[in-house]
Amino acid sequence: MEKRVTFRGWLLPILLIAPQVIISAVFFFYPAGQAIWQSLFIPDPFGLSSQFVGFGNFEFLLSDKFYRKSFLTTAIFSILVTLCSMIPALFLAVIADRLIKGSGVYRTMLIWPYAVAPAVAGVLWLFMFNTRVGVVSWYLGQLGYDWNHVLNGGEAMGLVVVASAWGRISYNFLFFFAALQSVPRSVIEAAAIDGAHFWRRFFGIVLPLITPTAFFLLVVNVVYAFFETFGVIHTITAGGPQQSTTILVYKVFSDGFVGQDLGSSSAQSVILLVVVGLLTVIQFKYVEKRVHY
Amino acid sequence: MKKLLIGAIAGSTLLSPIAAMAQTEVQFWHAFTGRLGELVAAQVEEFNASQSDYVVVQSHKGNYSETLNAGIAAFRAQEQPHILMVFEVGTATMMAAEGAVRPVYEVMGESGATFDPDAYIGAVKGYYTSTDGDMLSLPFNSSTPVLWVNRNAFEAAGVDPDMDLSTWENVGAALDALKAGGEDCPLVTAWQSWIHLENFSAYHDVPFASKDNGFSGLDTELMLNGPAQIAHLTAMQEWAQDGKFIYTGRRNEGGANFRAGECALFTESSAGYAGISSEAEFDFDVRPLPYWKAVADEPQNTIIGGASLWVMAGHDAEEYKGAGEFLSFLSSSDVQASWHQNTGYLPITAEAGEATKAAGFYEANPGTDIAVMQMTANEPTANSKGLRLGSFDQIRGIIDEELEAIWSGDKSPQEAMDSAKERGDALLRRFEQANG
Repeated sequence: MEKRVTFRGWLLPILLIAPQVIISAVFFFYPAGQAIWQSLFIPDPFGLSSQFVGFGNFEFLLSDKFYRKSFLTTAIFSILVTLCSMIPALFLAVIADRLIKGSGVYRTMLIWPYAVAPAVAGVLWLFMFNTRVGVVSWYLGQLGYDWNHVLNGGEAMGLVVVASAWGRISYNFLFFFAALQSVPRSVIEAAAIDGAHFWRRFFGIVLPLITPTAFFLLVVNVVYAFFETFGVIHTITAGGPQQSTTILVYKVFSDGFVGQDLGSSSAQSVILLVVVGLLTVIQFKYVEKRVHY
Repeated sequence: MKKLLIGAIAGSTLLSPIAAMAQTEVQFWHAFTGRLGELVAAQVEEFNASQSDYVVVQSHKGNYSETLNAGIAAFRAQEQPHILMVFEVGTATMMAAEGAVRPVYEVMGESGATFDPDAYIGAVKGYYTSTDGDMLSLPFNSSTPVLWVNRNAFEAAGVDPDMDLSTWENVGAALDALKAGGEDCPLVTAWQSWIHLENFSAYHDVPFASKDNGFSGLDTELMLNGPAQIAHLTAMQEWAQDGKFIYTGRRNEGGANFRAGECALFTESSAGYAGISSEAEFDFDVRPLPYWKAVADEPQNTIIGGASLWVMAGHDAEEYKGAGEFLSFLSSSDVQASWHQNTGYLPITAEAGEATKAAGFYEANPGTDIAVMQMTANEPTANSKGLRLGSFDQIRGIIDEELEAIWSGDKSPQEAMDSAKERGDALLRRFEQANG
């Protein structure tokens, strides 16, 4: 019983999709094409000369054990950021949804961190955990724990994950909260009358009903962890110690803009393009099957 | 309102060509903010006021790396400035880009401005000079590492602050005594690779890289895993494990601790003077960087850090004349002497150093001449002229990582430096390929 609107002629539909197509072409396809083309060359920084090396850049990258390790680092980092930003957000949203009084204040407070730019969030967390002057690291020291994310890779990873996830909780909270509000009261009440307690109702009814939102957030958060956490990593660890927080995107930056190695940097963007493409396919093919619209 | 606006536009279009005709504009991009930014702006103003043919327009383009990137991006878009500030580790990148830069000796020679290559201090200009002895860029801000001593911390720990700290052997004994006397932070450092490897190698006259530290060829390899460097790092590792050397980070994070009086010894650039003298509420000393008696009988000289000014290609002859005049103005003795005294950076000409001495500045500010003496003590050798390595900003990052592995005890100094060599050499080969 689908309703179909059809256009007479071609001009209008083409005109209507033209802006989107032009924007995609100029801002997505053209740069992506450039990256693919440049990944086949080793240019000098000033663009005075460049030599064709075929897949030489890729060979160089894949033979680098730190680059291969960066895939694992990226996977761990994005999974942790996604989990640490979605689970607390859902929990807070469920609690806020039950509030009767003062929910406005509560909501506003929870949304605040979203307004903090990643780089600023990075600096804030860095101040708290600074190994010599940080408040939190000082307390940890009092408790007998010697915090040193400058040398300890695990602690560095923990810190960048928390700093990246923190602001994101607000964003996820907003979506979860809206989704929870849209769950029909009648369904929940019916289950309550049947004797299902709160958490039973949550896992049996509410959670399945908000899966479209959860799926959307999963995709958005993974993309966030991949591409937008750059500022946090740059300010807190600059990829260290010993590359333990160098995710793929950070390496594109450091090779391209610190090392001025544009060939390697382009090759890395191409690899990243493939990885993100695959990830999106997997998400839509397998995860989406479990989503109920 | 509208009429007023139109009038204003008409007025400005009428006036601006006349102004542009009269004075040639020279763009100068630099990386300084705060006090240093103000001093640069003052230099530019003074130059502009001193003559009427040229106008130098200075603009800040971010930190060192960002300024270099801005210059490179601008060159690609053919919008490059006339003069670009590039930090010392970007030197090889600029030198390899032959079509993008114009050597300073050439620009200054053609401009007719006064230019005497011999007036510049050898150890300073050596870093920016070709193997043929031609000056390729103008040293602007140069500093060298020295040892800072917190006298109060020494006294509190019951150690004589006047003890001889000229060798690492003696510093080691001081660290033991400080630790035993209850000092939590006996030693911190800034810029670990620059001080404890690059300068360490020059100071002990051992190579940091082959091919005269990269001066005589792009096919250079790192040699930082030699016995002298390993011996130093082994001692440092022991100090780190015993809590006598506290690692605070890759840049100058340790400065905050030292200035707050929390640490007894600090290896940091001589340019730390401005910050330490204004913030420290304790008596401090500046001492020469220590050396290992077991490795060298006498220290060679230390090398510089900082930035130099490069003239970029692709402009008119008249504009280059202006650039040459400006660079000549910057090299003049008065400008250099006041720059040296205000910032703690080294003077680039011997004359400016003499003028500073004659003015009694060193007597009034004891320790400020240590850096100059340390740099000029000996004629630089092939190992102590400086470094010229491609992708060096990234190689420093690799060295930092490997040093961190040493401090944390994850790797032995030999393992870590072998790995740094292997990884650094891979980048040097790529640089060679891109610029060969």
